[in-house]
Amino acid sequence: MKLTNEEKTAAIETSLRVLSNYNQEKGSLIPTLQQIQNELGYVPSPAMEVVAEHFNVMKVDVYSIVTFYNQFRLTPPGKNQVKVCMGTACHMRGGNIIMDSWKRRLEIDCGETSEDREFSLDRVACVGCCTQAPVTLINDEIHAKVTPTRVEGLLYAYQLDKDKENKKAGEDN
Amino acid sequence: MGKKINLTIDGKKIQAMEGDKILWAALENDIYIPHLCAMKEQQQSPFAGCRLCFIEIEGKPRPVAACTEPALEGMVVNTRSESIDRLVEAGFNLIMSNHHIDCKNCAASGACELQKIAKERKIRLKPKKLVQLDMNLPKDHSKDCIIYDPNKCVLCGRCVTACRTEGTAVLGLAYRGFERMVTTFGDIPLGETECSGCGSCANVCPAGALIQTNK
Repeated sequence: MKLTNEEKTAAIETSLRVLSNYNQEKGSLIPTLQQIQNELGYVPSPAMEVVAEHFNVMKVDVYSIVTFYNQFRLTPPGKNQVKVCMGTACHMRGGNIIMDSWKRRLEIDCGETSEDREFSLDRVACVGCCTQAPVTLINDEIHAKVTPTRVEGLLYAYQLDKDKENKKAGEDN
Repeated sequence: MGKKINLTIDGKKIQAMEGDKILWAALENDIYIPHLCAMKEQQQSPFAGCRLCFIEIEGKPRPVAACTEPALEGMVVNTRSESIDRLVEAGFNLIMSNHHIDCKNCAASGACELQKIAKERKIRLKPKKLVQLDMNLPKDHSKDCIIYDPNKCVLCGRCVTACRTEGTAVLGLAYRGFERMVTTFGDIPLGETECSGCGSCANVCPAGALIQTNK
């Protein structure tokens, strides 16, 4: 995914600000990355390069850490965050099929963001309503007993909402 | 350091330098112990990731890795036994279960460490009981002089060490579990990195994942 220039400068500025609170002790590497992710929502590569330079480690080693832990995102989160539950109950009720249909419909892989930044897709492990399996969260709103058709429906509903908003915005102007 | 010590490996009395690891003492005396990740220059901080160099030491209850165990005076070591062979075979089979086996067309065939282990320990290259899992990742042809085929990688990490000592430190290990792979910062192709094309990674690759071509 290509980052815009504003995103790149924001990444570098944020990392430099975060790093100013830390010394060069290597133990602070992960907390730094966590704080960058807290502020930006993800860890972009320009930030990783700045961090690597600060701690005097290879940048590929920082990349290694970021890809190792599920906690870190490499792409900016979308406007709407789709989280598919892959916990035990949801998995048994076909969570992977739901995941596949989201992947197919949004044309992105798990952990990625669509090109227009509207949607990002993630997997979560149990959201605590296993009787409703398989579950998908869209922006913390729970959708129960999801089927591939329901995925289409949810996206269609989203599209309708967006069209309405656009129309309203047009009228206001 | 620098003192010579005596030990016995497989009934053969050998001498080794104090502080040397058993693996290197054995290899220098023509006793073969299977190994993929070990590098002599790194013997004081071994990677110990391939789990193939298991040996038995008299007086120790369990098999240990030869690359991490220092040779001591009067030690009695066995490199073959039923339990060791089973351990090595299991480890080797796991490595081979996601190694893209294509010896016929592989440039490393003949000089391949995997073939050597299979021959020495009489293990089939293609594991019988495990499903073959191919990652089907694309080959990297972007650099003129190096071809990188991640599907043949055994994750020994030797290229990463070599790249840091002799090269420009572009290689590293990233991701986790089955997805773990040797890669560059941001997964960009080698041709777009600061890679100098020195070929030290291809020199140490035991499995033909990194091949140097003469372009």
